[in-house]
Amino acid sequence: MFRNQYDTDVTTWSPAGRLFQVEYAMEAVKQGSAAVGLRSKTHAVLGAVNKAASDLASHQRKLFRADQHVGVAIAGLTADGRVLSRFLRNECINHSFVYESPLPVSRLVVQLADKAQVCTQRSWKRPFGVGLLVAGLDETGAHLYYNCPSGNYFEYQAFAIGSRSQAAKTFLERRFQEYDTYSREDLIKDALFAIKETLQGEKLTAQLCTVAIVGEGEAFHIIDQQTIQEYIDAMELSTGGPDEEAAAAAPPSAETQEGGEGASSEPAPMDI
Amino acid sequence: MELQRSMVDGSVCMKDSAKSEISSERTLYPYVTGTSIIGMKYKDGVILASDTAGSYGSTLRYKSVERIKQVGDHTLIGASGEISDFQEIMRYLDELILYDKMWDDGNSLGPKEVHNYLNRIMYNRRNKFNPLWNSLVLGGVKKGQKYLGTVNMIGTHYEDDHLATGFGNHLARPILRSEWREDLTFEEAVKLIEKCLLVLLYRDRSSINKFQIAKITDEGTTIFPPYALKTFWGFSHFQNPSKGAAGTW
Repeated sequence: MFRNQYDTDVTTWSPAGRLFQVEYAMEAVKQGSAAVGLRSKTHAVLGAVNKAASDLASHQRKLFRADQHVGVAIAGLTADGRVLSRFLRNECINHSFVYESPLPVSRLVVQLADKAQVCTQRSWKRPFGVGLLVAGLDETGAHLYYNCPSGNYFEYQAFAIGSRSQAAKTFLERRFQEYDTYSREDLIKDALFAIKETLQGEKLTAQLCTVAIVGEGEAFHIIDQQTIQEYIDAMELSTGGPDEEAAAAAPPSAETQEGGEGASSEPAPMDI
Repeated sequence: MELQRSMVDGSVCMKDSAKSEISSERTLYPYVTGTSIIGMKYKDGVILASDTAGSYGSTLRYKSVERIKQVGDHTLIGASGEISDFQEIMRYLDELILYDKMWDDGNSLGPKEVHNYLNRIMYNRRNKFNPLWNSLVLGGVKKGQKYLGTVNMIGTHYEDDHLATGFGNHLARPILRSEWREDLTFEEAVKLIEKCLLVLLYRDRSSINKFQIAKITDEGTTIFPPYALKTFWGFSHFQNPSKGAAGTW
């Protein structure tokens, strides 16, 4: 995308019928670190890569609980994501207060989408720069939605957003058709594998990722690091499926990593 | 009329422009009232019963008042107390169900949700010293789960296997406490309800011999047409009532 004379205001249409500011907001989502989500009929899992600005800093939180039965993973402007998480929590608790019953996930995402849409139609506002994967459980089963800065929302069986999410999506595209009947454990394993795909060769450890799950009889919660490490270790030990692909993928990615390191270890050329 | 969320404490209430603030708009006493409602769970669902009387003080003024109504697909509501306030409650609930149906998304409000919503309204009105002068029974079934609850003008609410309002609490509930069972068939449940209705007919001055029974199951709702019960007044104590005290009536 290049700069043009129709991209200054969110309230300016381009002749082709596009709102460039909204599209630029969606670019911000692609810059954030990856988040994945997948669901079966009874459970939904969210996973995120923990990226810290530097070794000195702690990583940014990407997974938020909105209520017992629903949580979100964000990618993009974390500050916008935090504000929207607070909105989601507020909507959930208001509904619980009036109806003593959990807010159906589909209605929550519509309210979130309508809030995002407002910012695409006011000249004094800007679109939210964050994409949200909303995972939740209600009486119609487990659900996974993706909410866009544009105010659109889509339901998914499995999805990934953020940088290098295409690798995760490619993996999920191969497997998603069986997810409806997947067990809770297999869902978590596939989420971890999808996260691994976005790491491009970096070794997956429990420190590098966060995984949360919600399902029948299980409130939304982040799975502790030790359990995640056990899943990761089990994935590497077991034979077949993901690991064959991992073995095939390992040599080429190791090469690219070495190539990268070689380039950066050379001193930058100086003219003077 | 719109639902408004308070900025202060997040409570929900109905706001009708500026009127609720003026003291001349308070409810002081009821005018046309309905008497008891009886409700109980049975094997397949929930039964509600009432008479069809609307009293104007001690006068039995209106004799065909439907005091049990359907709310959405999963709930029945029966009201005692001020009939006009019940009509207002029905307006709120019909609007609630309408907006719920408009989502058209596979989700629907069940009896529990309707009960809680109604409780919010009743309690908020009481806090403004402008109550809806009713005691209501809500019964319903959703996905096999039976629900029976009550809420009244001061916002007290609870659930039970069998419930009643007004005189029903004193006359019907003791009968239900000793004879109610979880697995009553519809016929057995109606017999038990009729036993309670008969006691109320004999002993409650505001009741008339015209009753309505309504049932709700997972299959749907049925509000039966009104009918009368056979009464018996031939008790020896009722013969020669002025025997013990000449001049009485």
